[in-house]
Amino acid sequence: MPATSYEAVMSAEPDMPGSLLDVRGLQVEFRTRDGVAKAVNGVDWTVDAGETLAVLGESGSGKSVTAQAVMGILDMPPGRITGGEILFKGQDLLKMREDERRKIRGAGMAMIFQDALSSLNPVLSVGDQLGEMFVVHQGMSRKDAKAKAVELMDRVRIPAAAERVGQYPHQFSGGMRQRIMIAMALSLEPDLIIADEPTTALDVTVQAQVMDLLAELRRELDMGLVLITHDLGVVADVADKIAVMYAGRIVETAPVHDIYRAPAHPYTKGLLESIPRLDQKGQELYAIKGLPPNLMHIPPGCAFNPRCPMAQDVCRTDAPPLYEVNEERRSACHFWEATLHG
Amino acid sequence: MGRYVIRRLLQMIPVFLGATLLIFLMVNVMGDPIAGLCGERRCDPATAAQLRKEFGLDMPVWQQYLTYMGNVFTGDFGTAFNGQQVTELMGEAFPVTIRLTLVAIVFEIVIGIVLGVVTGLRRGRPVDSGVLLLTLVVISVPTFVTGLLLQLLLGYKWDVIDPSVSTDARLDELIVPGLVLASVSLAYVTRLTRTSIAENTRADYVRTAKAKGLPRSRVIRRHLLRNSLIPVVTFIGTDIGALMGGAIVTERIFNIHGVGYQLYQGILRQNTQTVVGFVSVLVIVFLVANLLVDLLYAVLDPRIRYA
Amino acid sequence: MPEPRQNPHFDDPAHSAVAATGAGGATDLAMSEGETLERDPSVVFGGRVPDGREGTGPSAKPRSLWSDAWCDLRRNPVFIVSALVILFLILISLWPSLIASGNPHSCDLAKAQQGSQPGHPFGFNGQGCDVYTRTVYGARASVTVGVCATLGVALLGSVLGGLAGFFGGAWDAALSRLTDIFFGIPVVLGGLVLLSVITSSTVWPVVGFMVLLGWPQISRIARGSVITAKQNDYVQAARALGASSSRMLLRHIAPNAVAPVIVVATIALGTYISLEATLSFLGVGLKPPTVSWGIDISSASPYVRNAPHMLLWPAGALAITVLAFIMLGDAVRDALDPKLR
Repeated sequence: MPATSYEAVMSAEPDMPGSLLDVRGLQVEFRTRDGVAKAVNGVDWTVDAGETLAVLGESGSGKSVTAQAVMGILDMPPGRITGGEILFKGQDLLKMREDERRKIRGAGMAMIFQDALSSLNPVLSVGDQLGEMFVVHQGMSRKDAKAKAVELMDRVRIPAAAERVGQYPHQFSGGMRQRIMIAMALSLEPDLIIADEPTTALDVTVQAQVMDLLAELRRELDMGLVLITHDLGVVADVADKIAVMYAGRIVETAPVHDIYRAPAHPYTKGLLESIPRLDQKGQELYAIKGLPPNLMHIPPGCAFNPRCPMAQDVCRTDAPPLYEVNEERRSACHFWEATLHG
Repeated sequence: MGRYVIRRLLQMIPVFLGATLLIFLMVNVMGDPIAGLCGERRCDPATAAQLRKEFGLDMPVWQQYLTYMGNVFTGDFGTAFNGQQVTELMGEAFPVTIRLTLVAIVFEIVIGIVLGVVTGLRRGRPVDSGVLLLTLVVISVPTFVTGLLLQLLLGYKWDVIDPSVSTDARLDELIVPGLVLASVSLAYVTRLTRTSIAENTRADYVRTAKAKGLPRSRVIRRHLLRNSLIPVVTFIGTDIGALMGGAIVTERIFNIHGVGYQLYQGILRQNTQTVVGFVSVLVIVFLVANLLVDLLYAVLDPRIRYA
Repeated sequence: MPEPRQNPHFDDPAHSAVAATGAGGATDLAMSEGETLERDPSVVFGGRVPDGREGTGPSAKPRSLWSDAWCDLRRNPVFIVSALVILFLILISLWPSLIASGNPHSCDLAKAQQGSQPGHPFGFNGQGCDVYTRTVYGARASVTVGVCATLGVALLGSVLGGLAGFFGGAWDAALSRLTDIFFGIPVVLGGLVLLSVITSSTVWPVVGFMVLLGWPQISRIARGSVITAKQNDYVQAARALGASSSRMLLRHIAPNAVAPVIVVATIALGTYISLEATLSFLGVGLKPPTVSWGIDISSASPYVRNAPHMLLWPAGALAITVLAFIMLGDAVRDALDPKLR
């Protein structure tokens, strides 16, 4: 049954101009009892078909919020999108009706969450939860959907899938659960996957297996992938380009290898230098001083200035634009040249 | 699962014996069962002694209890002092109270859950605050006051219902008494459902369900409600016993001839066998209801089932 | 390490392993993640806004559970209103003559069932007593029963439950079975059976009965919260450092386990007042000449058709009293446990 309702929504624009996903100037804020928290302040993300974008940053840098805004699963209220556009295959998702967006979720773009145990419904069998995708999006019968679920579980290499399809999430190991999350996200072969720290909650030994599986299936299905992570090692292996976020802004974007060779923003540099390395055994680890900013009181000028070793007066007054380093690189630092060459 | 059920059944036995013993002691030690028999006057000592012997009241209390329990297990709940079998009284009273309890449970389920879901999904809105305040008021006003007020308004002032229920206790007559009986629990169910829904709407799996592109109605029905209602179902289950025991007030107000009425008469006349018999059955109902709730819990929540 | 802050995972061998061997020489930013979020409420993450009340920000001083709760309560209108109502009730139950000059026992049968008139705003009851005076004097019985029963229940329940939770084992099992037995007896029924034979007209039999049937509720709560507190790391640490049982129980566990007990006891106080009235209504609670709302409601109920005012005033006073205690308990619970909101 190929004619999904999702395709009906997207058919308005058959040929795709530009990128698969193009987030432009996105702004999100949260209203709390103590004031307005500006979680995302003009973020641009671009992902082409078949490309992997890695998004790096500390908690509160706005990476997860951006991802949820793209998926359309932000809790509103308290969240509010105050500006920008999210173009998916050239169409602005923010201008769509909710029922249209719903059809894109799962079928056009899908999301993998960090904690598979809490992200799977504890009282429904994994077969039900996987099959639900086909029942809802393709109107498949429950019996066929179950067969599909077994097929998917096989595909993510869960042993004895046919027997385990009726089991519940808590009966699987952490790695197996995350495979089920991946199977669910890939079930309708979407064009874009957003993986929000997909391996953080797993044991180190299974992290690599799950990541490899995700990367392999992504290649097979030629999907775009947004990988939100703080594991710089994973990034080097699977990503094509990197966006580093800080206080709801992008501070640097670059092709993956350039950034490792020579960062163009002091924050990126700090992140890279804080990786412990075996050849530096015995030396003190580098640490970025200070705390991430309070999103209700983001410092004026460059948000990173209170923690930046290179900060000058101009950093405390003028917010840096995204300077063009070269055709593929951008850096939001007044002194990117000094950083790049220093 | 089977072993679990057996363990629970075994656990019920000491609780049942303890609770009935407690009631038995209360009735026998605290009061003189003979005193009620001779009406207002004091019994003359000879008659009293004969009556005691006749009812086995000259034995020590523990022996009386054992004899009584032995009889109960053969289905003999004894005789009320007016000569009627206690089982006969039960046969008349329990159907009425069960009907009343059923009406109350239906109210709890329908109104309580609906209000809880509505307010849980609209936290902080005027509907939510209004219903929350209302539940607090309902919890605060004792059942007998609610009952008397509804009887006053609906029965006397507006003449919508008959202020006292006929001996048949038809279902339609029991609607208002059922609502009165349910009122406090109803408010608890509403609050419990609201809290549960509110907690679960923020759960990760609900976010996943949204991310899967499920329609909102399906997210709520299949994912949110299924999880949120587990504690509510257990509350309602355990409430069955409490409702039947608490029916005594409602039955008094609306003059319903159910368990509460018989118990009240039994207590007034200090009729041990009636009181202990009825209370024992109520304790059994309570324990069985609790057992069923635990089993139901396991059915609803696979994490318990396979634990 | 990206941050000089105290890192809670720093001593955790599992996490050190990540840093040393971590997948492909990778580091783990999670060490700086996670903690920030939980501690710094201004950070918004995952679409969820941490509860605004914790909004102390990095600069504000951390406050204890109790002072934090107090700050919250002081600003909560529900708490203020219910606390004022309760203060007023306590005042008039100690000195009812402050606002009612009459005598609740001086009645004039000629005025029976008469409505409101000058000097007697609430009218007269079936015996011709002034309803206003009786309503004011009725507060004393209700408040006395509520407060004494709650104190008794809280003391007995938390001691028994706390010890059972702390020592566990056979003690605990025995107590659990015992509470099961008491839970098996419907409260109103137990009251009818036990109190029907008592002729004393003081409040003490009623209080005693409530303590007898009420303690299992608190003991369950206390047991649960002691067990939870016992598992806290700092308690384990104190045990490892050789603290004695009594010291651990009093210094480390009790202060952390007492909050749920206080909340449940406050709400229970309201329900005890309601229970007293119910028992009095059934004729087994307080007995005349004690002045009680329950008795007055009960004696007014046959005349409810012609003279509803006799019932409405004491019923209203009763409802407001119970409501005040329940709302107070609710507010305290919200302040102590923001999760339940």
